[in-house]
Order: sequence, then C-alpha cells, then structure tokens
Amino acid sequence: MVAFQMSQRRLLLIILIAAALLLPALVTPFILHVAIMVGLFAYLGSAWNLGCGYTGKLSWGHSAFMGLGAYVSTALYMFYAVTPWIGAIAGMIIAAAFGALVGVICFRLGLKGHYFVIATIALAEILRVAFINWSVVGGAWGLLMPVVPDSMYHFQFHSSRLGYYYIIFAMLVAILYVERRIIKSKLGYYFIAIKDDEEMAESLGINAFKYKVIAAAISAALTAFGGTFYAQYVLYISPDTVMAVGVSTEILMGAVVGGMATLGGPVVGAAIIHPIMELSRAYVGGRGLDYVVAGLLTVGVAVLRPHGVIGWVEKAFDALASYLPRVARS
Amino acid sequence: MALLEVRKLTKRFGGLVALDDVSFEVEKEEIVGLIGPNGAGKTTLFNCVTGFYKPDSGEIHFDGYNMCGLKPHETCLKGMARTFQIVKAFHSMRVIECVTAGALARTDRTQDGKKKALETLEFVGLADKKNVLAGSLTIVDRKRLGLASALATGPKLMLLDEVAAGLNPVEIDDVIRLLRKIRDGGTTLFIVEHVMKLIMPVADRVAVLHHGKKIAEGRGEEVARDEAVIEAYLGRE
Repeated sequence: MVAFQMSQRRLLLIILIAAALLLPALVTPFILHVAIMVGLFAYLGSAWNLGCGYTGKLSWGHSAFMGLGAYVSTALYMFYAVTPWIGAIAGMIIAAAFGALVGVICFRLGLKGHYFVIATIALAEILRVAFINWSVVGGAWGLLMPVVPDSMYHFQFHSSRLGYYYIIFAMLVAILYVERRIIKSKLGYYFIAIKDDEEMAESLGINAFKYKVIAAAISAALTAFGGTFYAQYVLYISPDTVMAVGVSTEILMGAVVGGMATLGGPVVGAAIIHPIMELSRAYVGGRGLDYVVAGLLTVGVAVLRPHGVIGWVEKAFDALASYLPRVARS
Repeated sequence: MALLEVRKLTKRFGGLVALDDVSFEVEKEEIVGLIGPNGAGKTTLFNCVTGFYKPDSGEIHFDGYNMCGLKPHETCLKGMARTFQIVKAFHSMRVIECVTAGALARTDRTQDGKKKALETLEFVGLADKKNVLAGSLTIVDRKRLGLASALATGPKLMLLDEVAAGLNPVEIDDVIRLLRKIRDGGTTLFIVEHVMKLIMPVADRVAVLHHGKKIAEGRGEEVARDEAVIEAYLGRE
C-alpha cells in the first residue's frame, strides 16, 4: 500500500513538473512574467532557507548577496565582455566571501535573535550606500545593460521570455536538488542541530561557529546566482533595486509564509506571495500596496501558522495524489 | 596516570566564588560521583571541565591533553561527552537523527552515523522510539536520549548531570544497570547526582562539594558518615 501511495505522489509530482514545463505554451506573456518572478523568488527563498531557515540564523540582509551577484556579473559583462555565466560564478565566489565575513563578524560577536537580524540589515545597508557612492559602477543610477539579440552566451532573450523561464526553472530544480543533498548530509544534521540547541550541538562535538559561517557562505553564493539572473532578466540594476531592505524582505517572505527549514516551503511561499504582489502592482497600481498586501499576509501566517502553510499544501498534495490511478512500480 | 586530573580549579562569577581551589582525579573505567547541596558548584565544575566555562585559574588534564581554553566541541572531540541537568534535545529531529548527530562526531558518512545511532539506541533501550520526534518525548525518555546522543560520540569519559532526577525507583534501577553497562563497555563515568539511591550503589568513589570547596572524598559509606558532609546537608546543631 505504502509503495503504491509513494508512486501516486511521484506521479503527481511528474504531472506538476510537466505542467510547469508546458506552462509557457498556455499563458499570456504577463502571466509568464509572473511565473518567472515566482521561480526567481522560489530560488532566492530556497537559497535563503538553506543558510538561514535550517540553522535558525535569520538574515534580513540577503539583498547584499543578490546585489553582489548582479553587480559582479553585470560589471564583468559590460566592462570586460565576460559572459554572464562566468560572471555569475565570480559573483558567487565574491558573495560567498562576503557572506563568510558577515558570518564571522556576527557570530564572533555572539549576536543572536533580533540583534543578529538587525546586524544583517545594517551590513546590507552599508553595502548599498557604498555602491550608491561608487561611481565606477554607476553610483545611484546603477548599470543599464546593452541589449543584444537573443543568445545563451549573452544570457539575453527578447523575442519571448521562454529562455528566462526555462533557465530559472532549471536553477530552481538544481537548488532543490543541492538542498536535499546537503540536508541529508552531515552538514544538514549539524545545521538543524545548531538551530534546535546550540549548546547541545557543541557538547556533541559540533563546531557551531564554523558550521554557521559555512551556512552563510553557501547561502550567499546561491543567492548571488539569483542576482545575476535578475540582472539579465531586467537588464537594469541599481543599489535601490537589488540591494534594498525591501528585496531582502521579498526573499525571506516566501520562506516564512511557505515554511522555513522545509524543502517545499520557499517554493510554496513564493507561489502564493509573488502572484499577489505582481497582480496588485499591475492592476491596482504603483509600488507600495504590493508590500502592504504581502506584509499583511506574512504577519498573518507568522501569527496563525508559525510553521508556514506547507503542512496544508502537503495534505492537499496527498489528497490530490490519492485520486490518481495507481501505477505499478517496476 | 588518571584519565581526568583537575588541579586547583577556581571559578568566580563577580564576587561569588563558585569553585574554590578544587582538585580531584578520575581514574580510567571508574565511576565517580559528585554530590553536594544545591549551589555547591557541581554543574559549574562540569561546565569548566567540558569547556562551557573558562576557569579563572587551575589546570585540567584529560587523557594526556591540557584541556584549558578548549571550546566545548573540542572537549567532545578529545573524548568527553556530557549530558545536561536541564534536559536538552533537538526538538525538531527524530530520536534516531538526534543520536546520529552525535555519532557524526566520529564519521562524515551519515550511513555510518545512523548505524552507530541504532546500536546506541538498542544499548540504552530507546530503539522502539527511534522515529518519534525528540520534542514529544517524556522527560525520562529525553534523558535517555541525551545519554544516547552523548554516548554515540564515542567518549572515553562521560559527565552526567543529574540523570536520575525525577525518576521513580524502578526507573532508577534501570539507570543503574545502564550506567554499569556503559562502564563495562570501557567508558569512564563522572556523575553529578542528588539521588543517593543511585549514587551510593553505583559510584566507586564519591566527592562532596560545598560552597565551591571539596569537603570530602572517599567510598560512599565513608562520605555519608563524614561530619562535614552531614553538616553541609543538614546544618549545624
């Protein structure tokens, strides 16, 4: 029986993935744009979750890493004609170093809880202000990427958004795979141990400081890749669009609403929040209201469902799976 | 040479001298009990030995290493494991995962860690609850889990902080059997305990702390007759 249920679940998962792959053929360009933003923030939320959700060290400064990724790949592309794919890797390395530095500073100082959160906001703000005053990378104006014809090498697709859609889809699948591997490894055990009880973790031979810094570096690097994607998709970056506190908020909101320290949480959360934000931006107008709506939703979930809505989604998923025909396992 | 050797250990918290020039030794494969009234400094001593507190002065030698200045995780990797008086657990993990987290101190492969964890759970008699969330265990089982996680790190010396508090007589007998089994497996035990029903039959030797000073040491029945000890517990007539 259990084996059959497993295969029904797997079947439903395959159907959902197939539906996601076919989605661009069925929807308008605007809906496709919403889907790309959901994918991007599901990716960014997962990157955040891997470093922060599992270890319980909640960063509100992840825009710094997204911004570093965006700026490094964009600057390398515009000034040195380096393909954004290589630029993304450079951005990941620099973001990992910065993430490790932030970790070393905060954890050496023993910052916990709210104090850690505030420190991450402050460090991200320092970086944003530094970029505003750094004329080489465009200062407050930012960088406007030259538009070139569709090309994988240049990471630009204009005739349709298909290229972006499938790239972010692949990035999301890849990060979920990496996350799953890490969580099932020694690293994953240690992250969760640190979140649950740091003293107990230490008593069992876990170097909490070291593993927290590793978590920060991994999360920063993965977030930076999302920054490169954003830069290539929007083709314009500035300190206020990729390094602002609001961006950090958008990154972590999905994980909070969906469920921290779960594989599916940030994906579910992004799929709930970003359509609402995009729709309110498009149909009600202007920035501001989208944040009000998303903020209210986040507060509501945090109060009523502190573990996120993932539990409901899992139940709905299982219920749906039970309607599927039973497939014999080979 | 003794497995654990503590010399002239002093720890102050502001004006309070929690440990005052305490010296003692624990021999290999011995069970040593540490008793004393509330506030005597027993847990502080554990915290100093396992690296959670930095002593103000004194020396700690363990298995040939100078342990002073080591962090808690380093003392564990050197072969010490401890449990906590206020029971701790990785509440969002399953029992088997909690113990695996301990076992991973000696291996990088989760498969090996899980195997070791299962063996350890069998050993302490918690194998039937291996898939229960640690956060939903009873206090008694949580203590057992703490013991199992610590044991899974493969320690030479275990420091147990009040394993028997709150247990009924039958459970205490279980714990006594378990502690003897652990010692027979080659692990030395150093036990802080209030429950005399546990400490007297199980400890080879008992040390008594009072106001941060060691006031007596010896076999259980000797210590129980000691004037200074009786005075510390019951007060002067």
